[in-house]
Amino acid sequence: MRRRELWSVAVAIMVSAWVTGAQAQSPYGIGRPATPAEIAGWNIDIGRDGSNLPEGRGTVSHGREVFDQQCAACHGEKGEGGVGDRLVGGQGTLGTAKPIRTVGSYCPYATTLFDYIRRAMPQNAPQSLSNDDVYAVSAYLLSLNGLVGADGTLDAKSLAAIKMPNRDGFVGDARPDVK
Amino acid sequence: MSSTTNDNLARASRRRFLQGSTAAVGGAVLGAGTSAAADADNLPPNIPEWMKAPGEPMGSQPYGTPSPFGKNVVKNISPNLKQYISASGRTPLQELDGIITPNGLFYERHHGGVPTIDPAQHRLMLHGLVERPLVFTMDDLRRFPSESHIYFLECSGNPVYTKPYGKTASDLVGLLSCAEWTGVSLKLVLQEAGLKPEAKWVVAEGADAAALTRSIPIEKCLDDAMLVYSQNGERLRPQQGYPVRLLLPGFEGNMNVKWLRRLHVTAEPIYSREETSKYTDLMPDGSAREFSFYMEAKSIITRPSGGQRLTTKGFQEITGIAWSGHGKIARVEVSVDGGKSWQDAQLQEPVLTRALTRFRLPWRWDGQPAVIQSRAIDETGYVQPTLAELLAVRGENHFYHNNAIWPWRIAADGEVTNAQA
Ligand code: HEC
Repeated sequence: MRRRELWSVAVAIMVSAWVTGAQAQSPYGIGRPATPAEIAGWNIDIGRDGSNLPEGRGTVSHGREVFDQQCAACHGEKGEGGVGDRLVGGQGTLGTAKPIRTVGSYCPYATTLFDYIRRAMPQNAPQSLSNDDVYAVSAYLLSLNGLVGADGTLDAKSLAAIKMPNRDGFVGDARPDVK
Repeated sequence: MSSTTNDNLARASRRRFLQGSTAAVGGAVLGAGTSAAADADNLPPNIPEWMKAPGEPMGSQPYGTPSPFGKNVVKNISPNLKQYISASGRTPLQELDGIITPNGLFYERHHGGVPTIDPAQHRLMLHGLVERPLVFTMDDLRRFPSESHIYFLECSGNPVYTKPYGKTASDLVGLLSCAEWTGVSLKLVLQEAGLKPEAKWVVAEGADAAALTRSIPIEKCLDDAMLVYSQNGERLRPQQGYPVRLLLPGFEGNMNVKWLRRLHVTAEPIYSREETSKYTDLMPDGSAREFSFYMEAKSIITRPSGGQRLTTKGFQEITGIAWSGHGKIARVEVSVDGGKSWQDAQLQEPVLTRALTRFRLPWRWDGQPAVIQSRAIDETGYVQPTLAELLAVRGENHFYHNNAIWPWRIAADGEVTNAQA
């Protein structure tokens, strides 16, 4: 009797060790490992500190060519807007009755601009631009907004170093705000 | 009790209700779903034509569609949008009953069109601050323990704060729908990869042409968040994220990433364009609120509502829907005198957490002009505010998260219009 009790305690310990061991692994054993190459191919998320920005560089003047050919049809010759959002101007308007939200006036991080163009623009052919072209067209849009010089060049380091005018303009969710 | 007795009782009580009203012939509220006047040949005492010959054979509709007489009940898609790739289409709320939105009428919002995805070639990648980065097939996701829940989904821009205001309930708050969702708890999927202690956010990305990206706080991911593959019993529609989407009960629509292909576990948000430039709210002082996740309590009367017409005095049921991202609806109050007095509406069971709740109030219209409106109170005690109260705090440029009370004006001729317009 006593030996049997000891035996069942031992079994219980073994079973629970197996369960915790399994939990340190995958509880259901579903899915397969993602390889570093697969992750690198899919992960295009850029941190606001510039982490995960790709190699490459682009000049404002090349960016102007990219923009004229691939963006102006929807965003206007000078980024004044059309089918697509206005991309230029609006600094100093956010607290007025008619605020103008653009890349230059509203977007808090230049990394966000790069990330968005690379993943979603041009809207008719997303993810078709080379990284160099994304740097270039980002540089051009930032130059139209007075945030990069007309002869400027952007790469991972210089893009991450840009301080956007509205960087500190955001606050948390203050709701419920009506009581 | 026989069903005949039941019918008789029902008829008798209906007669009591109708006493004092003028003749109640046909539908008392006319809307888009109402058919034209019937041919007298099909009315009593004649035998209707559809009884004199067999109907459509079995198999004429392998996937059933509504009656041809309901063909006007479709999504409400504005004919004057700037473009239709990043666009939205609304649920015709005033044509629907109950709390479940039919899949074909579920509201749509997409930023890069609706992709056509072969589920056999779709993968979900889970990586970042996890012990074991993983790739899942759709078959893998369906192997996890499954669960089903009824939740509403609402776009944060529903409606905007500025004129022109919409004419119908759908124009105003039609970026709202509710369904029974089936899928796997996101928590189970994250546990499969093992979270590292620094894991605080999960960045979700869609496999659409916008590669739409939002950062979700880890608390939500470990609470009631789901990876969903079915909606109202059938597989998701392409417009709803086929083959798999994120579902974050009570959170603004765009965070419920459709066509989900990647979950990136991070220490801080990614500050994607959709959570910085786009779905943020300007305050009068020029600051902007970000990460406004919850949809606050709200309600709307769907019948009688804008665009409809009361054809007779007397009994009119007032009905509508209420919902809250913070939990269950506790009460809905209705005013039929322009907000001077309020009375409790009846709530139709089931009253579920973060689902639409149907409310009703029996009413007798005296044929005089009236302003009717509803306000929701949720289980946290929060009371749905007026538009004026919201504007006083947020100003006109806030853009998203307008959960104002919306009154309808009924004219002496029965015409129902937006009382704020
Ligand atoms: C076919 C039309 C079209 C083309 C071509 C196009 N865009 Fe866009 N763009 C849009 C639309 C529409 C939006 C808004 C999308 C949304 O909100 O979902 C947009 C949004 C943007 C935004 C976000 C603005 C903000 O304030 O949030 C940027 C930046 C942008 N586009 C840059 C570009 C660049 C750079 C190119 C060229 C490489 C380009 N676009 C080409 C239509 C276009």
